[in-house]
Amino acid sequence: MNKGLTLQKVCIMRDGSPLIEVDHHIAPGDVLTIMGPSGVGKSTLLAYITGTLAPVFEATGGIALDGADISQLPPHKRQVGILFQDDLLFPHMSVGANLAFGMKAGGSRAERRAAIESALADVDLEGYADRDPETLSGGQKARVALVRMLLSKPRALLLDEAFSRLDAELRTQVRDVVFRNARERQLPVLMVTHDVDDAKAADGTVIELESLSKT
Amino acid sequence: MIGLCVTALVNNVPTVLRFLPALTLFAMLGPVLAGLWGTVLPAFGHIPAAGLTGPSFDPFHALFSWGGLGKAVRLSITTGVVATALSLMIVALITAGWSGTRPFRFMERALSPLLSVPHAAAAFGLAFLIAPSGWIARALSPAITGWDRPPDLLIVQDPLGLAMIAGLVLKEVPFLLLMTIAAMGQAQPRRSLLVAQALGYGRITGWLKTVFPRVYRQIRLPVYVVIAYSMSVVDVAVILGPSTPPTLSVQIVKWMGDPDLSMRSTGAAAALLQLGLVVLVLVFWWFGERLVAALGNRWIQSGHRGSHDRISRGIALGLGALAAVPVLFGLASLAVWSVAGFWSFPDVLPDSFSMRTWTRHGPDAFATMGETFLVAGIAVVFALGLVLGCLEAEYRSGRQMGRFGVWLLYLPLLVPQTAFLPGLQSLLLNVGADVGLVPVVFAHLVFVLPYVFLSLGDPWRSWDVRNATVAQALGASPVRVFWTIRLPMLLRPVLTAMAVGVAVSVGQYLATLLIGGGRVSTLTTEAVALASGGDRRAIGVYGLLQTLAALLPFTFALVLPTIIWRNRRGLHE
Amino acid sequence: MKNFAMIAALAAAPFAAFATPDPADWDAVVAEAEGQTVYWNAWGGSTTTNDFIAWVGDRVFEEYGVTLEHVKLTDTADAVTRVLAEKEAGENDDGAIDMIWINGANFAAMKEADLLFGPFAEQLPNWAIVDSEGKTVQTDFTVPVEGYESPWAMAQVVFMYDTADIAAPLGSMSAILEWAQAHPGRFTYPQPPDFLGSTFLKQALVDLLEDPSVLQAPVSDETYDEVTAPLWAYLDELTPVLWREGRAYPATGPAQLQLIADGEVDLAISFSPGEATAAIANDQLPDTVRTFVLDKGTIGNASFVAVPYNSGSAAGAMVVANFMLSAESQVRQHDPEILGYGTVLNMDALGAEDRAAFDALDLGVATLSPADLGAVQDEPHPSWMTRVTDDWVMRYGSGQ
Repeated sequence: MNKGLTLQKVCIMRDGSPLIEVDHHIAPGDVLTIMGPSGVGKSTLLAYITGTLAPVFEATGGIALDGADISQLPPHKRQVGILFQDDLLFPHMSVGANLAFGMKAGGSRAERRAAIESALADVDLEGYADRDPETLSGGQKARVALVRMLLSKPRALLLDEAFSRLDAELRTQVRDVVFRNARERQLPVLMVTHDVDDAKAADGTVIELESLSKT
Repeated sequence: MIGLCVTALVNNVPTVLRFLPALTLFAMLGPVLAGLWGTVLPAFGHIPAAGLTGPSFDPFHALFSWGGLGKAVRLSITTGVVATALSLMIVALITAGWSGTRPFRFMERALSPLLSVPHAAAAFGLAFLIAPSGWIARALSPAITGWDRPPDLLIVQDPLGLAMIAGLVLKEVPFLLLMTIAAMGQAQPRRSLLVAQALGYGRITGWLKTVFPRVYRQIRLPVYVVIAYSMSVVDVAVILGPSTPPTLSVQIVKWMGDPDLSMRSTGAAAALLQLGLVVLVLVFWWFGERLVAALGNRWIQSGHRGSHDRISRGIALGLGALAAVPVLFGLASLAVWSVAGFWSFPDVLPDSFSMRTWTRHGPDAFATMGETFLVAGIAVVFALGLVLGCLEAEYRSGRQMGRFGVWLLYLPLLVPQTAFLPGLQSLLLNVGADVGLVPVVFAHLVFVLPYVFLSLGDPWRSWDVRNATVAQALGASPVRVFWTIRLPMLLRPVLTAMAVGVAVSVGQYLATLLIGGGRVSTLTTEAVALASGGDRRAIGVYGLLQTLAALLPFTFALVLPTIIWRNRRGLHE
Repeated sequence: MKNFAMIAALAAAPFAAFATPDPADWDAVVAEAEGQTVYWNAWGGSTTTNDFIAWVGDRVFEEYGVTLEHVKLTDTADAVTRVLAEKEAGENDDGAIDMIWINGANFAAMKEADLLFGPFAEQLPNWAIVDSEGKTVQTDFTVPVEGYESPWAMAQVVFMYDTADIAAPLGSMSAILEWAQAHPGRFTYPQPPDFLGSTFLKQALVDLLEDPSVLQAPVSDETYDEVTAPLWAYLDELTPVLWREGRAYPATGPAQLQLIADGEVDLAISFSPGEATAAIANDQLPDTVRTFVLDKGTIGNASFVAVPYNSGSAAGAMVVANFMLSAESQVRQHDPEILGYGTVLNMDALGAEDRAAFDALDLGVATLSPADLGAVQDEPHPSWMTRVTDDWVMRYGSGQ
């Protein structure tokens, strides 16, 4: 029924006092940007969506993906992709192995290899499959991280300050690639950031958060 | 705030993982508690097999009527306290004067090899170095000293236990230094030191005033371990300690080995006394900490900036060298003796060299080395499985180990070995457990487990869990994340923890001797048995192999990740 | 008297040792032994002895398929404790120990407490060539052996001295004291209750007494002080002039070898006439060391092996014990280059070839000939050793 990512009366509390409240629907291809100073629980919200919220927090509210509630699923069954400010490429795997890690099992070796090569080609990284991730530049790593996430066929995309480590020129470049891919694949995107440029580039709804806990 | 209330963590911890912490605790503390019980019974005269039923205080009467008790008790206390205080002082001075500098990084690198030298081997080396017929005396004779035969000086086995204290300090300095370095990671010493120096404080004074109080809080438990260990050590005391009378722990082992059963109950009573002494000293040390803290506070607030910094730093470096060099020279002396022909005083080197000792003892020694590794290997694999399980359970449940848990982890290291191992031995016999490899492995596990846990815990916990979030978001199950992401990324600390475990197992003397019933012999039990025969050539072979057995795994831990990840720069910081 | 208190406690337990397997049916014993593993608990502080035991292990494996494992002890009493503990625990069928190198007080204690398998020794085939009349193999420290242990080596006290520092042998304990007083710090003995240390005390007592025959009877409270008074007077004089003024002692006999080699002491006691020669050959002693015995003779005894009552490999242990009585094994142990232990065999009972093998041995520079070894003094009753040792520990061993 309802395509996209729905956050239904989500409330996250710490020690009984509310930290963040969101009630919003993100349609496929749309970007919801959440802005606010650090410490208001933006990343905590993302952790709630990926299913990795630390037990010190309590959360209420539902998370629905294309109409189905995923809040009871274990993290690896949620099909929600996430990019952090660090690329977090697994340092012990080659670029190709990093990409293969996220792909669904199945297909011959050659088919998988071909899929990886073509995905790399899409972001101008042809022939990088056997490289050590550590030998890549910052922009290249960011693109590999994006490709890795996309190859796992997520149904929604979370961006946790994903561009904040990149310098101005690279940031625009990488941001464009990410948003273009998300739009092409009709993914609902939830982005948390403290950068106004990010919000402008996202071209979608922006929620400005303030600290709820009055201390 | 209406709506569904859901549990935050949906990925429930599997049942197996949930039981692992309890199982680990049982493996660590079960033998200790059982052993203490096995000590309490005979200590109160309860040995049914010999027709003795308690309770009675006869064993304690017998203990207190032993003429050497006063000296033995005093010896246990002084050696333990002095060795610990000296080691702590040296470590504090070195770290204060040199942390963050090039010599300090060099020392850091030398730590693992120094740590892995088993106590017994270090003690042998030191004994030959400082004895009146030892290397130092040989080097100075007859040219400087005029001695053409060794002077009749009581240096090794002296009644005050000074040689024994020296032997303990050699081994405890690297241990405490390692603990201090680990603790400093959390204390951000460089910033504090910069601030202090900007305020005009000298390096050592500044460090002692701003960093040490925080670091000491972190290393307090390791310090307690050093106290308990030094007070009750057996192998070092046999080699370097006095014999008229010996330390209380050595005497306990003697009593426990006496064919006369009533002597065994005396030994058990003495073991309880040993336990009480350790507790008492720890309590006094605790009060001492308070006192030092109060005095220290006054000193901190006095505003003294510290003057003789350069001299103090020199002294610190000298003390550090003094703690490391004898071990290296001791090992060298073992090597020389193992290939020595006839070697008389005051020759610095033997008349001739030959491989005869190696061909004589080599085959046996290498076979023993195999058995040593077998015991160590099984114990370490068990320990690693339990520790990884505990850490994974901790990560998945999101619940950190509390202070109480840390105390429990240290408990087996705080109870003196002589207080529970003899009791464990008689208990095992009473339930008819067969002697041999299995009980020895479990006895080793008591000591291997905490060290593996302590060694692996910090690197495991400081791993960036966002890696796991990403992997799970990519569709990887927690099991797959564990095996394909976390474990490979943490290969180096895992191998290091295993090496620590092997070194601990290799060094176990009493646990192997008592629980193995003589059927399990390791390089350490063989080496200490040889010590009584005084054949320095054979001791050289066994001492060297003993060191090698502990050192090899550290080498693997260093080399293997480098080879496996040779094309992965991200794993070589 | 400690050991006897223990024996009294255990004697009440109804237990009788039956010799199964029956050593009289030797073929059956050999057949049963094949494939068995024998854990021989023997003192492991002497590398030459360890080598010899390893050789025995190789030979019995080749010949009989018996695997011999040397469990190296620091003190034979450990093995006794172990058997005792197993008996307490009801482990009556397959204990950890199959064979013990034993004699003296430990044998007396185990025999009295019914902890031994047997009798078997006199049924071993090679008993026929043992010199059971001429050598003290039927009593062990005055305790009748009665077949509960099998002899394998003869030992006699000798003193090793460095001729570079001591011109002539010292003929008595008093002479040793005089020499020590003239050369303070150059003599010591192993610390009792080490076996050799206790032997030194006995040797001193035997030599100091006008009539040592009183020592053949068990110790009695009435006479103990009077009999031992000369010993304590002697030690009170000797101790201050000992190595390290008697504040430290070598742990065992072999530890003295290192002290001589280092030039720390010039004189040491040994219970093996060939030890000095063997040690010279092994570079453990300077080649100037020789041996002497006291004018009145020195204590001698036999070393035995015994089998605990609960051994699961008694057949294998008997095969090993019998092998050790073979001419092949006895020649090897007698060889000063190997071990230098005295033989228990009767030369007249041997074939010409075996005799020739013994005759061909060069006993070496530092070993006295059987004639020079002179008279053998009887071992005192084991209760003396126990009591004197305990007393020594009280007086000199716990820091008076």
